[in-house]
Amino acid sequence: MPAPETLTGERLLPAHLARLEAESVHIIREVVAEAKRPVLLYSIGKDSSVLLELARRAFAPARIPFPVLHIDTLWKFGAMIRFRDETARRLGLDLIVHTNEARLNPFEHDTAYYTHAMKTEALKQALTKGAFDAAFGGARRDEEASRAKERIVSVRGAGHDWDPKRQRPEFWKLVNLRTPPGGSVRVFPLSNWTETDIWHYILARNLPVVELYLAARRPVVVRDGTLIVVDDAARMGWRDGERAEERMVRFRSLGCWPHTGAVASEAATLEEVVAETLAARVSERGGRLIDRDPTDSMERKKREGYF
Amino acid sequence: MDRQDFLSSQAGVETLRFMTCGSVDDGKSTLIGRLLHESGQIFEDHMARVAALSVRHGTTGDEPDLALLLDGLEDERAQGITIDVAWRYFGTPRRRFIVADAPGHAQYTRNMATAAAASDLAVLLVDARAGLLEQTRRHAAIAALMGVARLVLAVNKMDLVGFDEARFGAIAAEFATLAHSLGIGLYSAIPLSARFGDNVTRPSERLSWFHGPTLLGHLETVTIPSLADGPFRLPVQGVVRLDEATRGYQGTIARGRVAAGDAVRLARSGREARVARVIGTDGDVAEALAGEAVTLAFDQQLDIARGEVIGAGEAVPMAARCEADLVWLSEAQMFPGRSYLLRIGTATVPASVMRIRDRLDPETMTHAPAETLRMNDIARVSLQLTAPVPMQRYHDSRDLGGFILIDRQDGATVAAGMVAEIQAATDVTRHVTAVDRAARAALMAQQPALVWFTGLSGAGKSTIADLVEQRLHAEGRHVFLLDGDALRTGLNRDLGFGEADRVENIRRAAEVARLMCEAGLIVLACFISPYRADRAAARERFEDGMFVEVFVDTPVDECSRRDPKGLYRRAYAGEIRNFTGVSAPYEPPLAPELRLDTLNRTPGQAADEVVAMLRERGIIPG
Repeated sequence: MPAPETLTGERLLPAHLARLEAESVHIIREVVAEAKRPVLLYSIGKDSSVLLELARRAFAPARIPFPVLHIDTLWKFGAMIRFRDETARRLGLDLIVHTNEARLNPFEHDTAYYTHAMKTEALKQALTKGAFDAAFGGARRDEEASRAKERIVSVRGAGHDWDPKRQRPEFWKLVNLRTPPGGSVRVFPLSNWTETDIWHYILARNLPVVELYLAARRPVVVRDGTLIVVDDAARMGWRDGERAEERMVRFRSLGCWPHTGAVASEAATLEEVVAETLAARVSERGGRLIDRDPTDSMERKKREGYF
Repeated sequence: MDRQDFLSSQAGVETLRFMTCGSVDDGKSTLIGRLLHESGQIFEDHMARVAALSVRHGTTGDEPDLALLLDGLEDERAQGITIDVAWRYFGTPRRRFIVADAPGHAQYTRNMATAAAASDLAVLLVDARAGLLEQTRRHAAIAALMGVARLVLAVNKMDLVGFDEARFGAIAAEFATLAHSLGIGLYSAIPLSARFGDNVTRPSERLSWFHGPTLLGHLETVTIPSLADGPFRLPVQGVVRLDEATRGYQGTIARGRVAAGDAVRLARSGREARVARVIGTDGDVAEALAGEAVTLAFDQQLDIARGEVIGAGEAVPMAARCEADLVWLSEAQMFPGRSYLLRIGTATVPASVMRIRDRLDPETMTHAPAETLRMNDIARVSLQLTAPVPMQRYHDSRDLGGFILIDRQDGATVAAGMVAEIQAATDVTRHVTAVDRAARAALMAQQPALVWFTGLSGAGKSTIADLVEQRLHAEGRHVFLLDGDALRTGLNRDLGFGEADRVENIRRAAEVARLMCEAGLIVLACFISPYRADRAAARERFEDGMFVEVFVDTPVDECSRRDPKGLYRRAYAGEIRNFTGVSAPYEPPLAPELRLDTLNRTPGQAADEVVAMLRERGIIPG
């Protein structure tokens, strides 16, 4: 799927998407004007694809004026890594890849511990190392109940920790990035987007996404009701009697393959995915093992510095 | 459905942003839960969780408690109240909606204001049994103050009044009066039952006497205000290089429209130019409207920085003073004179509140004078900025008339404000002369400055300043000693020693000193100047580096022991009232440029230190 590299002047977006796009571009430009060292946290997923596209359009025809950071757990789907490197080449990104040297195996550690070390801690390490004072993330308020109150600018203390009491009310288009010494901010330009908006935008803008979002026959193991796609049979932590069977599946959100559940689907094109999403009855995070903890797990992870 | 079908199906779908507010028991969460549920926004796993939670926390018996769909943070679920603005998203084939859900408990002002700033319409909930409460009036007043142009009164719990038409009519009539008194012309009243779903998204047989739309029907069709009319305004966010020779200026159009070939003018410099290119997020376009994020290029080189406003038509006012409505958000109190950073549009400038004109009492909705502001207070204030910035009245532009105040230490947003009246810098047109301060200063080989000596009566201010003047004069500097006592016998002889007169005394002194600095002089001013706010206000009349504060720090015991004028003796005897250090307060400077402890130095040593400091700062040559 080729991306439109030059902007043609043709107005394609419906009014509601054009407004979301303009508001996000405004936020991205504010951060570049006010922050000393901004960085974009790139997760390779569909939201990241939209975020990158917004950054590109915010500064076109100039290049995106900040680096892009990927936290690689070494357990991402192979297709994600290929897509990441291809995207970096295509857009001429300044791509930074960071991995926590602990290199934990998700089959050998419990999910919470693994996620904390390989994602949360790794992210803090990379932000500290790069001396980044503002980090763009692709989180949306409609993802999770605990995110409904997230600000566009989330203020973090010196240890990247999040404190609900320190968060600021936000007014109009005014973006306040100031922090006490040593602090930093996370900025979420997609706050007001919904999952539907993301897919509509990808469709309208004809954006490339990782092929895993489209249904295909993939080797699947059903574990505790979750469809695990075996991305690397050699590294799979097989249980007794388990074996993979080919199923038509796709993903609604992407992460580490041992922790990301697929959904049964026949939607093999972007258009079919959008149609299916509109009719969906289960939330996109319903497939993620890491969110299956007690109801407030996301909030707890956020306090510890997870996105 | 292919891409083209999709795009045509979405054409004309706009977004309405609205807020919901109401008292704690008015059923607001239930209403929003129902809107989300009935427009198909709630996923099965979320509903399953709500059903599970309903058993533990619910208030609706065996049915799922839709209000629980909305709860977010751990502690408030336990408390059973919402303590922050929550954002909800839903859509119908006709329209998308973004809901700012503002809680109704005691901290409402701050949350209401946040929600209102992002909304075009407010849905006010009332309980049909209770009718309009004080809280309803308050919410309506805040919505009106924040410029929310449309109100909907949702008369909820109609099931509990037997769907009585007369009851609804009485509440609606009362509301019409309220809307009128707040100057809100666009409002509707709609009866419904959020619990049972009557007239929320579907008309109800039980409300067959009501001929208006359902709540959702109204939200789907109400006109969304457009900012595309009116004079073009673009606050500049940043500058990008379009090619080797051309710069592009980025920003979101706050009002009006812009097309290639249009003549525009810069608010700060007054320079005029023509638009050469309009680059939107789709690339080069012929024209762009309010709300679009664009990059503009011009037919000539211009010096434009972040904080500038590009406009067309009527000039954008430049102002360093304004009257504004302030919503105080911080737990730390606001004191007049304290310096904050003011962000308006894309400009940031130090500013302070000069005066609180009146504070709105949230309990009684009456206005009363106030000395300070606390969290959730709303007040009309006079603001003084250290430099003029482009601004408009909030009524004319939210993006150029809405501002925040930022704490200079921790970066917190401490207030949100709306410009009510602008005192434009151009109200008094100053004659710009060819020989300016810089020219005069160059001739004198010095940097004009005001050295402000503050401290108690008898601290040694005049003694030290006198020695500084002698040393500078001997060096050939053009210097003048402005003494508080001398000023009080002339220019300020109409002023006493009460707080208001002291404020005016300092204002005049600073103004006289400023004129002398304009003349190129180094001015040494000796004033007790007990209030921080007044010294801060004096400082803000000067450019950075021109105002130098010297704190002559002598304890009151030592001053009264010295008592050179016999004033302390009289003050202790009760013959003089409002005597600083005895019967009136002295607020020592927190960060003076120089502090002189006079117990450990002679006046000569102190004077040498002042001269050395002036040299270090480049005010006099090294």
